[in-house]
Amino acid sequence: MSLTVEETKVRNKELIDEVLKAYPEKSAKRRAKHLNVHEEGKSDCDVKSNIKSLPGVMTIRGCAYAGSKGVVWGPIKDMIHISHGPVGCGQYSWASRRNYYIGTTGIDTFGTMQFTSDFQEKDIVFGGDKKLEKIMDEIQILFPLNKGITVQSECPIGLIGDDIEAVSKKKSKEYGGKTIVPVRCEGFRGVSQSLGHHIANDAIRDWVFEKTDPDKNKFEATPYDVAIIGDYNIGGDAWSSRILLEEMGLRVIAQWSGDGTIAELENTPKAKLNVLHCYRSMNYISRYMEEKYGIPWVEYNFFGPSKIEASLREIASHFDDRIKEGAERVIAKYKALTDAVVAKYRPRLEGKTVMLFVGGLRPRHVIGAYEDLGMNVVGTGYEFGHNDDYQRTTHYVKDGTLIYDDVTGHEFEKFVEKIQPDLVGSGIKEKYVFQKMGVPFRQMHSWDYSGPYHGYDGFAIFARDMDMAINSPVWALTKAPWKK
Amino acid sequence: MSQNADKVIDHEMLFREPEYVEMFDNKKKNFEFAFPLEKMEEIREWTKTREYQDLNFAREGLTVNPAKACQPLGAVFAAVGFAKTLPFVHGSQGCVAYYRSHFSRHFKEPTSCVSSSMTEDAAVFGGLNNMVDGLANAVNLYKPDMIAVSTTCMAEVIGDDLGAFIRTSKQKGSVAEDYDVPFAHTPAFVGSHITGYDNALKGVLTHFWEGRERTPNESINFIGGFDGNVVGNMPEIRRILSLFGAEYTVVCDPSEVWNTPTDGEFRMYDGGTTKDEVKQALNAKATLSFQAFSTEKTTKYIATTGQEVVALHHPMGVAGTDKLLMEISRLTGKPIPAALEKERGRLMDAIADSSSHIHGKKFALYGDPDLMLGLTAFLLELGAEPVHVLSTNGGEDWAAQVQALFDASPFGAGCHVYAKKDLWHMRSLLFTEPVDLLIGNTYGKYLERDCGVPLIRMGFPIFDRHHHHRFPIWGYEGSLRVLVAILDEIFEALDANTIDTATTDYSYDIIR
Repeated sequence: MSLTVEETKVRNKELIDEVLKAYPEKSAKRRAKHLNVHEEGKSDCDVKSNIKSLPGVMTIRGCAYAGSKGVVWGPIKDMIHISHGPVGCGQYSWASRRNYYIGTTGIDTFGTMQFTSDFQEKDIVFGGDKKLEKIMDEIQILFPLNKGITVQSECPIGLIGDDIEAVSKKKSKEYGGKTIVPVRCEGFRGVSQSLGHHIANDAIRDWVFEKTDPDKNKFEATPYDVAIIGDYNIGGDAWSSRILLEEMGLRVIAQWSGDGTIAELENTPKAKLNVLHCYRSMNYISRYMEEKYGIPWVEYNFFGPSKIEASLREIASHFDDRIKEGAERVIAKYKALTDAVVAKYRPRLEGKTVMLFVGGLRPRHVIGAYEDLGMNVVGTGYEFGHNDDYQRTTHYVKDGTLIYDDVTGHEFEKFVEKIQPDLVGSGIKEKYVFQKMGVPFRQMHSWDYSGPYHGYDGFAIFARDMDMAINSPVWALTKAPWKK
Repeated sequence: MSQNADKVIDHEMLFREPEYVEMFDNKKKNFEFAFPLEKMEEIREWTKTREYQDLNFAREGLTVNPAKACQPLGAVFAAVGFAKTLPFVHGSQGCVAYYRSHFSRHFKEPTSCVSSSMTEDAAVFGGLNNMVDGLANAVNLYKPDMIAVSTTCMAEVIGDDLGAFIRTSKQKGSVAEDYDVPFAHTPAFVGSHITGYDNALKGVLTHFWEGRERTPNESINFIGGFDGNVVGNMPEIRRILSLFGAEYTVVCDPSEVWNTPTDGEFRMYDGGTTKDEVKQALNAKATLSFQAFSTEKTTKYIATTGQEVVALHHPMGVAGTDKLLMEISRLTGKPIPAALEKERGRLMDAIADSSSHIHGKKFALYGDPDLMLGLTAFLLELGAEPVHVLSTNGGEDWAAQVQALFDASPFGAGCHVYAKKDLWHMRSLLFTEPVDLLIGNTYGKYLERDCGVPLIRMGFPIFDRHHHHRFPIWGYEGSLRVLVAILDEIFEALDANTIDTATTDYSYDIIR
């Protein structure tokens, strides 16, 4: 049943032609540029990306607010993030991303809470600045241990001409230089979550770095100080990553932004190296810190032992022998665990095929982890990737892999129906569609409420979860015996 | 190292291992610059005081942990209640991603819905082109029989005119002239998800009824309102109406599309009220709405067609269900079936068996206004005291109705109703005036953690328990299920409180 690479390419090209047939002509032309079959040796996947979704097609994408509040800012645990505008955005994104943290919620930590200005018609008509001022005052009274406030703009803010920057400055001054960050992440800006990440990064640059008092929160720097950038600690990912960096002798001075604090953001310019996991959402601030403070940054990948091992060595290469030896020590320490995990799960997963559609770094980053288990990723695509993501993807995907950028509900369903992978990894909106079709599924945004998946501890969980999805007895029972 | 391949441990236990605990301590000590523990404890204790409650209730601008969502969510709920209907939300696309996720997390089902994906250029020039292209794409790709359009706040703020846009789209050939595109403006900054349900439903009825002659018949319409248990409740109300032998139409029924089988086929559409049924529904002699606050405009509109409208407030329990059945009987002219009388007797039997465990227990509850009225009435008839009844999307008129329920029962004497308040208000109440049990949606688990009050999950959304939405809470049968849910939590709490060996376990009885 398995096709040769050439046969796969032909099949995938036919599939692309087939899914495009359903579109009106103009839309088919535009969608055609987002779909391709990867040719080995090419420097990118040759698809268009980071452009507007077509209306009415059931894109899986979200918005700039989701990228700022939901991804970048939301996990900063000791600040209060106001969802500024109507009630919905904050409600739907309330505690749904599983950014784990330690802290007393509601007292000195605010991660799983929903603060909103709950805009009413009068706020739209007369503007919301006065209300925002009042909200900040009320926050100061009721949540005295908050370490700062961000204003996460929802669509109306930019449309009604509110001046949240002026309000933030005024209130910051009134509260003795308190960190108050206005973020212009209205949902209509840009084409996806991606611009929200960028805007959120810029807000940290302009409203945190630029305003940090260098005498505040001081600590003794060491030559081994690093910051984890772009790990949102979903199900504890940043923790199972941090532990490895510390075991190799590095000192993690900041987590961006999972289980993060404002003090950690402020102190990051003291790092010797920024280690960047989610390139898509935090390359901007990494580049800025390189230019401004001369901090180099390095991308790493903590999914699956092959990539972890390579990443530990890559990170260590920026330091002296002590750290290089530390990396080898860590790799050796976990060898028995990863060998045991692979020995247990690889025989159950060998040769299984996977189709992915996720955001951020995952459409490429998790491929190695699947391969460590003997599985093949036969299709992948980014919700909000840019061309540089698709370039990086070429280092991961095999010849003939189906590539689909900003896939629509229609395309994804047809692709999976025809290719019949053994597993689909995507999000909550897709999960039940494919499970109904009888295809095993794992949510690869939230880890399907499991995790962590990063690091060696996480790999064991990843392997267990993929096995339990694919080898669950339910899939043999979906068809009634009298219908088989 | 604590992870091991034989017994893989995940986040629940992994991070309790000593190497992680030490790592957390070091992170906090060296890099977080947190307030000292004593300060945190001092503030935590302060938040439990009456002084804090007064400051908390003096809030005028800030909302914290509200128990409501925005209009278009309700509009999507209403749209999927119609056969082969695709909800189309005009405005920013992120909103639609949120609605779909929200419903899928609750129902554990797909929710199909498209957006017109408006961005900056549409903010400047309006979203007409997005509507024109969006309708064409949606019809071609997903082949719905009908597209129900609603709006996000973006489209509302810039003032897009749905009626005109849809007309233009038809002129431009996006969809056929006679293709059904009912619509409703659903600004997120007015009302809540129940308002959106109401507006969208009214939009569908107006689309099919406007300009048509009504020829009254003997049928009655049933409208359920926004309901997290819709999957279980709709079959139950159909069963009840069928037992009556009534001619009826359920107007807006998403109970099948959110309850499709796993059998190898994905059904984007399943069940729902058909267009013919909607058209016929105009001729019904009466419409019965189960949730008046969720259908305010719809029922008002229906009344203008000459139908009698009966709008209830999520009737539950004995007297509530009695009223429902008597109204059905009155409207249809058919007697209350013996089978239902027997169900009533069984519910009474169960209450009589168990009431001593509920009698005098204090409850706090929050949620949509109609559900609160139904539940308050039921709790009062169980001899319980609904001490705090709170709604974020219930107003003063709602509060007056809850107060009337309190006033009519000796068990309502010490009870209070809170309109337009949120779960941070509730937190204060639970500290200053503690209760035995809390009833609400999933977000109530944070109150359970902070205040130590056991949570009984009811309402929408419920993300962290599976499948309860598949069962009814309406009718005598549904009320029985609610009774059992309450009792289970009472017994669980009692067992948990008496489980310590040689200290409290004398009360750890095997017979309760």
